[in-house]
Amino acid sequence: MLPGKLFMHIPDGFLSIPVSIVLWVVSIVVIGIALRKTSKQLGEKEIPLMGILAAAIFAGQMLNFSVTGGTSGHLLGAALVTILLGPWAAILVMTSVVSIQALVFQDGGLISLGSNLFNMAIVGVFVSYAILTVVNKIIKSEKTALFSSSVIASWFSIFIVSLGCAVELVLSGTSPANIAIPAMASIHALIGVGEALITLGAISFVYTARKDLLKIGSASKSTNKGILIGGSVITIILAILSPMASSHPDGLEWVAEKQGFLSVAQDSIYNLIPDYVMPGLTNEAVATIIAGIIGAAVVFVLIIGVAQTRKKTSS
Amino acid sequence: MIEIYQHQKSYIHLLNTRVKTLFTLVFILCVSLSPTGTWPAYLLFLTVILAGIILSRLSFKLLLIRSLISLPFVLAAFPILFTAPEPHWQLSINEKIKILISQPGFERFISIAIKSWMSLLAAILLSSSTHFEELLSALRKLGLPKPIVSILSLMWRYLSLMIDEGRSLARARDSRSAGKSNVRTIGWRAGVTGKMVGNLLLRSLERSERVYAAMAARGYTGDPLYRTSKSFTKGDYWILTCGVMLCLLILAFAILSQ
Repeated sequence: MLPGKLFMHIPDGFLSIPVSIVLWVVSIVVIGIALRKTSKQLGEKEIPLMGILAAAIFAGQMLNFSVTGGTSGHLLGAALVTILLGPWAAILVMTSVVSIQALVFQDGGLISLGSNLFNMAIVGVFVSYAILTVVNKIIKSEKTALFSSSVIASWFSIFIVSLGCAVELVLSGTSPANIAIPAMASIHALIGVGEALITLGAISFVYTARKDLLKIGSASKSTNKGILIGGSVITIILAILSPMASSHPDGLEWVAEKQGFLSVAQDSIYNLIPDYVMPGLTNEAVATIIAGIIGAAVVFVLIIGVAQTRKKTSS
Repeated sequence: MIEIYQHQKSYIHLLNTRVKTLFTLVFILCVSLSPTGTWPAYLLFLTVILAGIILSRLSFKLLLIRSLISLPFVLAAFPILFTAPEPHWQLSINEKIKILISQPGFERFISIAIKSWMSLLAAILLSSSTHFEELLSALRKLGLPKPIVSILSLMWRYLSLMIDEGRSLARARDSRSAGKSNVRTIGWRAGVTGKMVGNLLLRSLERSERVYAAMAARGYTGDPLYRTSKSFTKGDYWILTCGVMLCLLILAFAILSQ
């Protein structure tokens, strides 16, 4: 009955008030810009299109496929909507979805809604748009560019949003950096594969049925430089800095270290859970980067696999 | 399916929606701001929200079940049990394995869990005692931009329709694969799900064209659509002031008793 749950909707009580307020302000500003840009582009058609598409994305998030052992693949949809509508309209659609989830279904809190909007509606769309644009510039063939860019963009949107989510929890003092960041990153490196596969399926369906709707490569190349730069900066900062941050002790441990308690604390960690995600790797930065590389490799293998099956079916 | 409790009549249901919305936000804000480990203040906050639930005559059991939705997220705060500093409690499983649980870490973990749960109860109370359209018009009166209100209100109208379409797609998929979720490869299953999502999106795009045409035929020129809400009376003002003062008093108590 309830929408598919991703481990991304932060409830109230988990974020500190300064973090919540700063992200509320950022979200309000960006959504305000998105409103102005979209109403200029679409005119009075804006409201029915956004509203109904948001309802469809909400319903689409409920459709899942079983992976194995009770786990299932879900959709967030930020990349998918960005491909279909372009970044500004996508921000509005995702804003509506995330808001309804918080207001009606309590999936995510009310005070933390600002940061959930920031993560899923803004970072998700910015990152997707930046990657879509870059991949479409690199790959010349239109069809290959469309499919590979949607796979890469949707995987990265999930991965980067989860890093953002983890950083916010760390900044709020809710989770220690050296556990939250690698854990969120490795879980979502896998969840991102589900997102990438569903997005690929949806885009290939739309490509077959209504090719005219897919205009991301051609439409508004120069007008959205701000999002392109913003998305790239967010991606690079979170992808590079969060593994580095996760290898440093968090505030609490820093205090513990100062007072000579670290050896005790570490003993306790090693007794119950190892202080790193991948057994055998002592450095969390390395572990996170490796999780990222594994995820990227899985996506790459998937692209090749899909390309192969397409070849087979066409020949 | 979604709106089952909102039709009941109780004091909380009939209360001005703007009062409820503002009070819920202030309540959650005060709960979030109260420091770690101020248990008496938590108890007072819990009393306030329980009083609200009793006044609303909603089934406590159902609210309790709904409030478990964010339970998995507690995992995010779990590590601080072990990483926070001294002093530690020692749990011995056997001679070799000992677990050290940090006392401040434990305090913080329990505080986060309780605060999150109380905020969730408040949000559930608001949403299950208020029609969504009323909530939207209250939010509009409180300054949410018109286009956002219109988009949310239209999304709400089409939500159950889209969910039904999604369900019938899922039913069709399940009946064609004989109810087995493990047929063929993961890639195939994901592809089918993706095509279902694509299908849903295409249908919604086409539907939005039709809806727009119908709206235009009825004279729609871009003016937002939403319900207007009840006016704010003097009584509402007093109720809101008392509620907010109560929350602030408990917060002050929490900070002073720290």
